[in-house]
Amino acid sequence: MTDREEVLSRVRSALAPLGRREALPDFEAGLCLPDGLSAVGGPEETFVERLRSVNGEAVAGPAALAVRLRAGGWTRGYCDPELWPGLAPHFGPDFSVETEFDLARIDDYSFGITRAAGAIAETGTIILDDAGTSRRLAALAPWVHVAAVPRSRIFATLAEGLGALGRDSNVIWVTGPSKTADVEGILIEGVHGPGVQIALLL
Amino acid sequence: MKFQPIDQAAAALGAEKRAAVQAGSKAGHEKRTKLLFEHYSDPDRLRRLAGEIKQHAIENLDSYLPAAEARLLANGAKVHWAATAGDACAAVLGILRSRGATKLVKAKTMVSEEIELAAFLEKHGIECLETDLGEFIVQLDGDHPSHIIKPILHKNRRQIAESFERHGLGTYDDTPEEITRRARRFLRHKYLEADAGLTGANFVVAESGRIVVVTNEGNSRFCLAATRCHIVLAGIEKIVPRDRDLGPLLNLLARSGTAQQLTVYTEFISGPRSPSQPDGPDEMHVIFVDNGRSEVLAGDCRDILRCIRCGACLNVCPVYRQAGGHAYRSVYPGPVGAVLSPLMLGGRFSEKADLPKASSLCGACNEVCPVNIPIPDLLLRLRARAQREGISSPGVPPFGAWSVLASRPAAWRAALIAGRAIDHIPTRLLPVPALRAWENTRTLPPWRGGEFRRWWEKRRKR
Repeated sequence: MTDREEVLSRVRSALAPLGRREALPDFEAGLCLPDGLSAVGGPEETFVERLRSVNGEAVAGPAALAVRLRAGGWTRGYCDPELWPGLAPHFGPDFSVETEFDLARIDDYSFGITRAAGAIAETGTIILDDAGTSRRLAALAPWVHVAAVPRSRIFATLAEGLGALGRDSNVIWVTGPSKTADVEGILIEGVHGPGVQIALLL
Repeated sequence: MKFQPIDQAAAALGAEKRAAVQAGSKAGHEKRTKLLFEHYSDPDRLRRLAGEIKQHAIENLDSYLPAAEARLLANGAKVHWAATAGDACAAVLGILRSRGATKLVKAKTMVSEEIELAAFLEKHGIECLETDLGEFIVQLDGDHPSHIIKPILHKNRRQIAESFERHGLGTYDDTPEEITRRARRFLRHKYLEADAGLTGANFVVAESGRIVVVTNEGNSRFCLAATRCHIVLAGIEKIVPRDRDLGPLLNLLARSGTAQQLTVYTEFISGPRSPSQPDGPDEMHVIFVDNGRSEVLAGDCRDILRCIRCGACLNVCPVYRQAGGHAYRSVYPGPVGAVLSPLMLGGRFSEKADLPKASSLCGACNEVCPVNIPIPDLLLRLRARAQREGISSPGVPPFGAWSVLASRPAAWRAALIAGRAIDHIPTRLLPVPALRAWENTRTLPPWRGGEFRRWWEKRRKR
């Protein structure tokens, strides 16, 4: 008997004597909505507010992004080649931006700019998928990650986000910077992933 | 004087560890409660729903497991099955050997601890590195996690800084920020050098074949961005029927586990990387692990298989807070572990049959459980099983004499009167070890036997 047959036959015989099995409950998606958290406006306003509440940041356009990166001292980085032509005019000569991510110099990039598939207002979440992300590592390894979020793709609720998972083989929801509280329960940001998470609204 | 094993562990814990465990678990519980009730007017409704979804899923694993398998295969993943811990280890080794892989990074997998994978792989010449900060520290120290989601709840910053210094991760510095930065610098190059990444699964969705993994640190994402092979170790009970069922479960998992609205990284993986994506695995293997679960499913404690490993029952448990996680001698500590650990031993149940007795049955674990598992009921069932099977545990007072007294009214009345003698005899002379143990730390109250009967008599006459 293969392991597959062995496991499945054990499961079948474990369940065979059950008279009545628990039914699959049907439920309204609204049940999961935190009714104690009120939306602060439309999906975009709510997204920006919730992103802030998880220590993320939102910037309103390429010029504001350049200002924010310069203020942080992050002038060397990577940008998705499809996004760069639209951003480059707003970035001064003090920036050094590459559109190819060199794995051998992974620590040289202080920021990575990639495209997001959308966002979720309810939770302040940025949605990345394989189809839109030029490189998984460029959205993860640099200290600052900038996700270009189309304003037209901000879902109001987590349930809508689940409904939009689609067929992409890898979707990741990012809700704020990478964090840990493993050492004495003290919050530290930037563990393996970004210490600064920015949403660039386009 | 013999104590129960868990009492011995609690007594030997040491003041520093006990303080760390108590502070950490108390804070975890309080933050969870505050957030949950701030966000939801009726969180109980949500957790009852989540419990029903998971109960439905485990009671229909016979159809959902093949359904998930079919979806995963259609998505381009490979599916393996492991009946035992040994089979699961062999499956991982087989995959690694087929690729000539010698370096493995792992994230978010309790099953790998359960099957003792790291030791097995190292014996076969494969480096197996834990990447979660807490678990990385545990691995450095040759220690074990003491909490389901806060593996180093029992350690303080000084112990960690000393350990980092010992292992060449820089001179002593005990600021949590510096500890984290050093781990970041060290581990990111390990991801890039690794040949394969191993993760667990928080959920496996039957209808879509999605493996859902949540982390806050981003370590599982790094495993899946830097390596070319992804191996998933999933317990067979991790199934949920539909994508939409993740709504209540993700909401409850984050709030119950870490008092967050949503975990930072929630990753939905349904297959190898997309062709256009340069980073990530081009091979994905999912190993469905039984290792005792089907036997649990066959018994009257199958509800425990609903567990989503949030750790809330540990944080709230008065026994866990006193004893710490290591006292449970298992990968799964706390109330959930007291049920799951002995059950998963199958025929060797007796080795951990003492764990279900280490509970005051206060019911707090059930109240906080995001999938509403009736843990106290399950503990009682396991106690009854130990009784049926004639398994005795050290340190449990014999109840034989008690049952003789309690089932004979005349004997009981006589005992109530004779009991007054206790006020006059030093406790250390009494032939009841449990009473002597009690007096080690507390003073016995004056005898009040029979008061209820007197009150009842008076009430009846009125």
